[in-house]
Amino acid sequence: MREGRTPMKEYDAIVIGGGPAGLGAAIEVAKAGGHPVLIDENARPGGQLFKQIHKFFGSREHYAGTRGFAIGEKLLQEAEDEKVEVQLNTRVWGIFPDHIVTAVSGKEAVCFRGKTIILAAGASENSLSFPGCTLPGVMMAGAAQTMMNLYRTLPGKEILMIGSGNVGLIVAYQLMQAGAHVKMLIDAAAETNGYEVHAAKIKRAGVPIRLGHTIVRAEGNGRVESAVICKVDAAFHPVPGTEEKIDVDTVCVAVGLSPRVELSALAGCRFTWAGALGGQVPVHTSGMETTVPGIYVAGDGAGTEEASTALDQGRMAGVSAAHRCGLLSDLREAEEHRKIQERLDMLRSGQFGEKRKSAEQAVWKAAGE
Amino acid sequence: MQYVSDHPILGKGEAKELTIFFDGKPVKGYEGQTVAAILMENGVRTFRYTAKRREPRGLYCGIGQCTDCIMIIDGVPNTKACMTFAKEGMRTETQHGNGKTVDAGRENADERV
Repeated sequence: MREGRTPMKEYDAIVIGGGPAGLGAAIEVAKAGGHPVLIDENARPGGQLFKQIHKFFGSREHYAGTRGFAIGEKLLQEAEDEKVEVQLNTRVWGIFPDHIVTAVSGKEAVCFRGKTIILAAGASENSLSFPGCTLPGVMMAGAAQTMMNLYRTLPGKEILMIGSGNVGLIVAYQLMQAGAHVKMLIDAAAETNGYEVHAAKIKRAGVPIRLGHTIVRAEGNGRVESAVICKVDAAFHPVPGTEEKIDVDTVCVAVGLSPRVELSALAGCRFTWAGALGGQVPVHTSGMETTVPGIYVAGDGAGTEEASTALDQGRMAGVSAAHRCGLLSDLREAEEHRKIQERLDMLRSGQFGEKRKSAEQAVWKAAGE
Repeated sequence: MQYVSDHPILGKGEAKELTIFFDGKPVKGYEGQTVAAILMENGVRTFRYTAKRREPRGLYCGIGQCTDCIMIIDGVPNTKACMTFAKEGMRTETQHGNGKTVDAGRENADERV
């Protein structure tokens, strides 16, 4: 190594993103006897799990009936037991040929080389543009959730929630649990988007759900003081004369998630459109390998689904990476993949699951499967 | 807005109190909270003003992605309030435009607005 160059550490797998997908991946590589490093920009791994205070669905393998943060604790324990090396407060900015990953850790430049790279960067919430959308008090639903469930800070008192998907429904309920008043939940769609069990909870609590409505603008002097909503027609155009002003101090936006694909794009992965998975996603096999050999994706960054799905996709990618490193035989890889795929199929059943399943299968097809 | 001291799922909050400063005034928070959380709890919603149109901005994504919540924290401008964990005595200031580095007792050290 030339003097003055950033020292480079070598690993079997560089796992980027410490949410359920990244944790699952790193754990599987370590379980196979490999040496992974798990990199996360936050002070603590776990991704968004620690703000999920509701109970998860699914099977026992998917921790059904367990609250999100408890699942996070279990995964961190498992990662610790497997001696997964964790590099926190570290933000990856570059991926170079030969699986070289560059990052900034505090004020230090750090550099890693891996036999494989597993990208598990998660998703970001979609924004919604309307007059007043930059006023303090308009925030992503996830921001409200972070404030109240991680830091016990009530982000507002009178809330308008936009979006009836699971994030909108769950965060609306959690805002009430934290002591806020959710004045109304609106969605431009004609039907609620999320699971009925979540919608029923907030209906029971007396929150009006106005479908076929959108926000016109947020108003206020330096901060949100009110919001104007209106009806939309079947083509989602505002219906004149239906404007209605509601007094709120906070507008929460929950209009879907998009895969975070900066790093997979940077790595040169080929992309395909998968609407049911949040938009442009890196093409990948059922074993989660991208079109760049040795680079894998998992979790929301491979297509937005759910935390349980992300965890198993991570495990899938971890097994693939371990196999590539020579840590697992062909037979073991196939066997592990089969078990994980069975669980994923279970998660992708039902009305919503089937759509994601066929979208995911189309992605595999694009990868040549 | 307020600190949720008693929560049906999270239980009672038992973190130690601490004090940070917002534009020179002391505000109370708790260990383990971010600057953004403490300020919001104390009714602060504007963390910065934009460079060109001087529009107020506050918390938006809450997880370090959008950079709308940047402030001058302990003299360093463009610091994400949502990603900075509070420490006793930390100085936080509303950022105007691109902000400026604030040396102790000497402002305008690095005016870039």
